[in-house]
Amino acid sequence: MSLPNGWEMVIGLEVHTELKTKTKLFCGCANAFGSAPNTQVCPICLGLPGSLPVMNERAVELAMAIGFALNCTIQDSTFHRKNYFYPDMPKDYQISQYDVPINAHGYLTLPDGFRVSIERAHMEEDTGKTTHLGTSGRIHGADRSLVDYNRSGVPLVEIVSGPDIRTSQQARDYVAELRAILIAIGASDGRMEEGSLRVDANVSVRKADAPFGTRCEIKNLNSLRSLQRAIEYEALRQIEVLEDGGKIRQETRHWDEDRGETSTLRVKEEAEDYRYFREPDLVDLAPDQAWRDRVKAGLPRLPAERRGLIESLLGELSDAQRDAVATIVDQGLDEYVLGVADAKGDVSLALARTANEIAANVAGRTNLSVANFVATVAMEQLGQLSATQAKTVLGELLESGGDPAAIAKAKGFEQLSSDTLSVTVGELIEANPDEWQRFKDGDDKLAQFFIGLVMKATKGQANGKAVIAELQSRR
Amino acid sequence: MTEPLSREDVSHVAKLARLRLTEEELVRYTEQLGKILVHAQDLNSLDLAGVAPTAHPFGLVNVVRQDEVHPSIDPAAVLAEAPDAEDGRFAVPRIVGEAP
Ligand SMILES: [Zn+2]
Repeated sequence: MSLPNGWEMVIGLEVHTELKTKTKLFCGCANAFGSAPNTQVCPICLGLPGSLPVMNERAVELAMAIGFALNCTIQDSTFHRKNYFYPDMPKDYQISQYDVPINAHGYLTLPDGFRVSIERAHMEEDTGKTTHLGTSGRIHGADRSLVDYNRSGVPLVEIVSGPDIRTSQQARDYVAELRAILIAIGASDGRMEEGSLRVDANVSVRKADAPFGTRCEIKNLNSLRSLQRAIEYEALRQIEVLEDGGKIRQETRHWDEDRGETSTLRVKEEAEDYRYFREPDLVDLAPDQAWRDRVKAGLPRLPAERRGLIESLLGELSDAQRDAVATIVDQGLDEYVLGVADAKGDVSLALARTANEIAANVAGRTNLSVANFVATVAMEQLGQLSATQAKTVLGELLESGGDPAAIAKAKGFEQLSSDTLSVTVGELIEANPDEWQRFKDGDDKLAQFFIGLVMKATKGQANGKAVIAELQSRR
Repeated sequence: MTEPLSREDVSHVAKLARLRLTEEELVRYTEQLGKILVHAQDLNSLDLAGVAPTAHPFGLVNVVRQDEVHPSIDPAAVLAEAPDAEDGRFAVPRIVGEAP
C-alpha cells in the first residue's frame, strides 16, 4: 500500500515472546498453555508474602540465544520492579529489566536484505490472564473480572525494534522473520493466536525526511494479517487527522479485527510513572565467557542460512518456489528436501511435495522417514508413480507410515505397461481425430487434452511424461 | 535550607502507591521522609569517584535454578484464600482501564 501526498509511515515493533521452558521464570510451576485455571501456581507466582524468586537457568540461556540470533551485544544485566496496580499481577509489580537489559543493539535482516535495528531484547515475567465478565469481552461494561494466574511468571523476552520500518509489508516481514528465528532456536512456539507471541506496533506518519510525528501504540494484533491491516488503517487515520489540520494525541489504541479499525484505549496524558527500582530479591546476571560460548555453540543454523542452502540447490527460483522454501524452513521440514538432494534426486519435485503434502500434515512427519520420502520422490521421478499417485502414497505414509513400494502395490498403482499405454493412446486418437490433427499441425496445447483423456481412461495410473513421449512418437 | 521534599512530592508518591493520606499524615510524612533524604545526602560529602553503584550487599551473580517442574499448590487451597472466586478463577471487582 502506498500512502497519499508524500506521506511516509514510521513503525517500531515491540514483540513479546513467551519462552519455551518447562517452568516459570522464578518458580518451579509448569509453563504450559491450556491447563485448568490456577492449577499452575505457587506462593512465588501468586506473590504471597515471604516468597522469593529464583531465576530459571534455561530462561537465561534462551534469552541469550535470542540475543545471539539477533546480533545483539550480550551484557551483564539487572532486574527491576515495575510497579503498577492491576489484578493481573498479584505482587503489584512485574519483575522486568529496565536500564540494563541482557541484550542490546542488535539487528535483524529481512529476506530482501533490509536491516531493522533491535534496540533491546530483555527478560521479564508474564502477567496472569484476566477475563472480563459482563459484555462483549471488552472492559467497558464488565461488572467483574476473573483472574487466572497460570500465566503469571511465565518467562518472556520483549524484543524492541528501532523505528526503522517504513511499510506495513516490512512490518509483516519483520515479524515473520523474527518468528521463524525464535522457532528455529527453540525459544518460542511462535503462536500468535494463542498469545505466545504478541506484537504491539508503534505507528506515526510524516512527510519524507521530516522529524518523526507523534506515535500511537496499537495493541491486540493476533496475526500477521491483523498487524498489516491495523498499521495501514492507523497510518491513513493519522494522515486524515493531520490533513484536516488536527493533531495526533499520543495514545494506546485497540485493533478490532472484525470492524477493521483502531480505537482509543488509553490516552497518555502524563509520562507513566512505574517507580522502577532494583529488585532486591534477585542478584545480577553476569554470564561469563564460557557460558556465553556454550549458548552460542548450541545455536542451530538460522532460517536465512537454511533458506539460502535450499535455494542454492534449486538455481533459478519462481516466486511460488521461494514461498515454498520459506514454508519448509518455517515448519522445520528442511531434512526432506536435503535428503532428496543428497540422493541426487529431483530437488524441485521434493520441494513441491514437501511444501504441499508434508506441510499439510506436519503432525504426520513422525510417520514419514526421510528415506521413505526420498524413495517416493524417486518413484515419481522415474515415472513409476504419477503425480496423483505419489501424493496419495505420501498421504498414506504421513497418516500411518509404512513402505512406499508396498503402499503403491496395495493401492494398485502398478505402472501401466508401455504396451497398454500405447493401445490406450491409439484408441483415444481414433476417437478424437480433429484434436489429433490440430496437435499434429503443431498446436502443442492439445497435448494436455490427450493427457487428460489418458488419465481418465487409466484412472490416473498413467504417467504424464510417458503419455507425452507416446504422443510425440506418433506425431 | 530548602525542604528536601515538598508536600506535593509526598502527595504524588502517595497517589502512585494508592495511599490516601490525611492532611496531618501528609505533614508528618513530608517531615519524616525529608529526614531520611537528608541522611542519605550525607553520602555526597564522601569522594566516591571510581566507586561503582552497589545495589546489593552480596557479591553474588548468576544465582539460578534448573528448569525442573515442581508441584504447584492444590487450586482449591489457593482459591480458599481468595475473598471471592468463580469458575476456578479469582473474582475481582470490575476493572476500569486496561493493564499498563
Ligand atoms: Zn509458581
